[in-house]
Amino acid sequence: MRSGALSVARYRPVDLAGAAAAASRYHDPRDAPAFQTRGTLGERVNQKDQTAYAAGDERATPALGEPATLAALRMKLLRFATLQLGDKHLAEDAVQEALLGALSNLRSFRGEAALNTWVFSILKNKIADQLRQRTRRPEISEAFDGNDAEETLSAFDDRGMWKSTHRPATWADPESAVVDHQFWRVFEACLEHLPGQQARLFMMREFVQLETDEICQALAIKPGNLNVTLHRARLKLRNCLQQNWFAAGETPC
Amino acid sequence: MLTCRQVTELLSEAQEHRLSLRDRAALRMHTMMCDGCRNFRRQMETLRRISRSYAPSTDPPPGEDPPSK
Repeated sequence: MRSGALSVARYRPVDLAGAAAAASRYHDPRDAPAFQTRGTLGERVNQKDQTAYAAGDERATPALGEPATLAALRMKLLRFATLQLGDKHLAEDAVQEALLGALSNLRSFRGEAALNTWVFSILKNKIADQLRQRTRRPEISEAFDGNDAEETLSAFDDRGMWKSTHRPATWADPESAVVDHQFWRVFEACLEHLPGQQARLFMMREFVQLETDEICQALAIKPGNLNVTLHRARLKLRNCLQQNWFAAGETPC
Repeated sequence: MLTCRQVTELLSEAQEHRLSLRDRAALRMHTMMCDGCRNFRRQMETLRRISRSYAPSTDPPPGEDPPSK
């Protein structure tokens, strides 16, 4: 079985590198042949893998860029990119490019986290470029989470002071939170709880790191609206993190 | 005198651009006396740092046994 495992391990990176190298010849992914265009990467990789597993050893060590993991990563990236760009096809192209870039350098990554970080930063850059190119005419009305005001402002009493349940506490040791896998799960869950537009604008500002005037231009929204939305998003996010992580940590389990 | 709610609006806005001298003075006055808003200010900075180091993870959910064969 040892030889089986070896051949699986060898087979995969070489093939991925080959596919990625082939794709990188095309400056624009839309010029690439059909098999490399949108949506097919995960499927291709999956197919190869199943063949390899069928032929080889079940216990083959899951290598970096393992198809199931890649597919999961791809789904997450796709959701993020679609929310940011507001266009599924553009999102797929951006994710595809980011993933292919990483796959062609698969062996230079030390572990899953390094790979994910790298792919995500490439994707963020691509999204930033896309959004910066946009100049939309002011829209009739942006879908704002206007009726969300009440919930957000429930953090304060009638005189605009913190309610005791929502009062920000000291966050102990955020530095060690960011190296804790559990924390990131809580963080993602808190992001999930934000209304769509709040999540979109918060991530555009803090993940993609567009400046506020760039966001206003790309989405044709007014600075006042952006500020209000970001304020609500931050209030909610910090409350969620406090409830579910920073305060939750105080009680021993 | 600013309310806590107004203070959080300004502290959020301070993440985007430098506030006016007047706003900054009002903020300083308030946060000197209000630990909730002081913590909020620190949390805005933390939130930014956290967000910048975020990348999607693909870990399997914790505490789950691998599927039995």
